[in-house]
This record gives sequence, structure tokens and C-alpha cells, in this order.
Amino acid sequence: MLAKRIIPCLDVDHGRVKKGVNFVDLTDVGDPAEIAAAYEQQGADELVFLDITATNEARGAMVDTIEKVAAQVFMPLTVGGGIKSVAAMQALLKAGADKIALNSAAVTQPELIHAGAEKFGSQCIVVAIDVRWDEVAQEYRVYVNGGRQATELEAISWAKKVVALGAGELLVTSMDRDGTKSGYDLALYQALTAAVNVPIVASGGCGQLTDFTELFAETDVDAALAASVFHYGELTIPQVKTSLREQGVIVR
Amino acid sequence: MIVVVDYDTGNTRNLKKALDYLGIANQLSSDPATILAADGLILPGVGAFQKAMAALEERGLVTVLQTAAQQGKPILGICLGMQLLVETGYEFGAARGLGLLPGEVVPIPTATGLKVPHMGWNTNEVLQANPVADVFAGQATYFVHSFYVQTAAKNILAQTDYGVKIPSIIQQDNVMGMQFHPEKSGQVGLQGLARFNKELVLA
Repeated sequence: MLAKRIIPCLDVDHGRVKKGVNFVDLTDVGDPAEIAAAYEQQGADELVFLDITATNEARGAMVDTIEKVAAQVFMPLTVGGGIKSVAAMQALLKAGADKIALNSAAVTQPELIHAGAEKFGSQCIVVAIDVRWDEVAQEYRVYVNGGRQATELEAISWAKKVVALGAGELLVTSMDRDGTKSGYDLALYQALTAAVNVPIVASGGCGQLTDFTELFAETDVDAALAASVFHYGELTIPQVKTSLREQGVIVR
Repeated sequence: MIVVVDYDTGNTRNLKKALDYLGIANQLSSDPATILAADGLILPGVGAFQKAMAALEERGLVTVLQTAAQQGKPILGICLGMQLLVETGYEFGAARGLGLLPGEVVPIPTATGLKVPHMGWNTNEVLQANPVADVFAGQATYFVHSFYVQTAAKNILAQTDYGVKIPSIIQQDNVMGMQFHPEKSGQVGLQGLARFNKELVLA
């Protein structure tokens, strides 16, 4: 049966990986292709590259980065961050990306989801959703611009809408849990998997092995994304997979 | 020299990158003479069946590929490229395939409750020993598809389980298909491509 995926996420700025990655002894820790190759060797199932470059002028660097990574690393690559047009999607796919993640642009121009899905297929279009629990409204709310700006959108209905528009996968980050290492937001993913029938990637909150086993035991998500626990070597991908396997979760 | 048939589909350049990485001489081409002069062909493909057949037809490549197959040239179809090898597809209405292998392309049933597309890493079970298929025995490879091939058991070298048994590697004589993406399946995928080159193209 289909394996649950473990996905490291790399923040890329001007063609360099920004956050420290110290699980391998690399002399050049900022080189995306080297870091991608090291993660491939560890058994990562897919890689997400998030372009955190602040200026539009430097965005072309991401295409070069993906071009270099795809020449050396042969696994699915997802690219997100600041993508606002079908032309930008095409350039990244041509460079070797397999999927494009849309976040803020999906909110400001939802028609972009449909246009991308129509041209490249739904399997190419991931919608990334950053959510935070709203105590007053008692619902999950969608945030944009790197989580800095609230929207009026309720997360579960937004998820349904983007799937109807053609999104083939959702990458959903719990801002409440992100960076807390207190575990994934299980209630959020239970609600999402009940609402839509596309693969869901959970993100935000993992700090220990049991967070992964709990996520796959308690929810129907397809993948877990993590950044810092892998970058700083607190957990390794083989450790995570061994622990999942022991709990009867199918992994590669 | 392997020619990767270039008809404006998604994964063409990633296949070239994988072959380059392996040091296998290759080129992308849609030129009939170049295709007919190749030692082996790879037919990539991402997208929908009918549109892909139309794109091949537009470039005059349907008869070229049929001729190449009749000449005994090794041909490897990948993902949609594998689906195009058979006789008929049923994506957005019935359409003729290349007909290099018997069989048809049908939707993955949604009644199993499983998500479609079948997207991610799934394990291959080898049903018939074969130098190329053996590389993938018990190994997970990366699949992305909503339709699958149904063909005679004698043509199925390997299968994967997704509620239904999905043929993952098929073969008849010089024509082979892989439903997964070897160019996106890590080291095992690269080994499979290298083995295809060694056992079918260089042999």
C-alpha cells in the first residue's frame, strides 16, 4: 500500500538554504543541492523548497536552484513562495520541480489554482494554507503573507474551495503549533481529511518521535512535513521511519 | 544512443537529467529520422491520454513509434507514456493508443475509498523474473496517476497494490512500460533506467 511520506522543508533565500542544517558535516551548509542529496540519502520521500527571497528581482535564483537540485536528486520536488503566475509555475516545472505550492496568491487570485491545474494537471498544484485557531469565532482562520496577515476565510471551507478549483494536494501548517514542538494539531487534520479527498501534508509542531506516530495513528493525513527537527539533527529521518514502522505505519 | 521522445510533455527534461546523471548517451528529439536511428527510445508522458496522442499525431510520431516497435527497437514508456503503448484509453472518452501492446487504460476505482490520483511511494511486487523488473522487487517507487493499464497476465512483470492490483511494469518483446516515475524514484529508479539501457538498449 501507499507509504506515508516524510518531507523535510528547506527555506531558500537568494539560492542558498537559510536555516542551519547540521545533521551532516557539510563544509558548505547553504548549498541546496548538497543538502537535498544528504536528505535523499537519509530516505526523505520528497522535498519542499520554500522561497523566502524578499525581492522579486532575486526570484529567478529559485529556478537556477531547482535546476541544480533536479540534476542531482531524483525524487519529487515541491516549490513554493511568492509564485503569482502560470509563467512562474512553468519556469519552475521546466527546471525540474514536480509540484508548485501556492499560498497567498491562492487567496488573492484563486483563479490561479484553476489555471495551473488546467495547464499542468491537479497533481502539480499544491495549495499551502497557514491556519490559526480563532478562540472567539471557534474556528480555524486562514492567514497569508507568511502568517502575518489574517483573512476572513475559515480554513475548512477554504480547503474545500481550493480542491474544487483544482488543487491536488494541501500543505496545511498550524501556526499555533509551529515552533512549539508540542505535536501536530490532530483536531485540525481530522477535520480536514473528513472534508476533502486529496492528499494532506501536515506541518507545524513536531518535536519528538511520538508526534509522528500520533499524527498517523489519529489522522488520515498522507505526509508529515518538518524543518527544524531534521535540520538541527534532533531527529533523523531513519529514526522517524523506524518508529513509525514499529507502530505499523507503512513507510518507504 | 537513447532518444527521449520530445512532444511537449512534463517530465521529458527530468528524464534527460536522470540519463545524464547516469552517463547514458541520450538526446531529446521529435524528429522522425533521429527517432528511427536511435538504439532505444523512451516515451515520457504527464497529462491526459487523448491530448498526448493528439500531440504525437501532430508531430507525425504515431506511425514512427509503431515502425520503431516493429523494427524491434527497445521502447520504454513511462507513466502516461506506458499507458499510450496499449490499444485503447478511456480518459475523457475512448481513444486509440499506439497499440504496441494489447490492453486498455481504465480509471482507478474510487469505490475503494482511496484517494485518486494514486500519488506517492508504493511497493512493487515482481510477478515474473526479468533483469529490469528484478531491480524493483519489494522496492517502493513514485507513482502519480489516476488511470491504469489492464493487460494480459503474461505481459505484467510487476504490480502494486492500491485497492486494485495496478500493473507497474509491463512488457511484450522489445516494448516495456513503467507506471511509476523511475526518474523520481531515487536510487532504485536510476538503477532501473540503467538496467533498461544495459539489458535492452545495449544488448
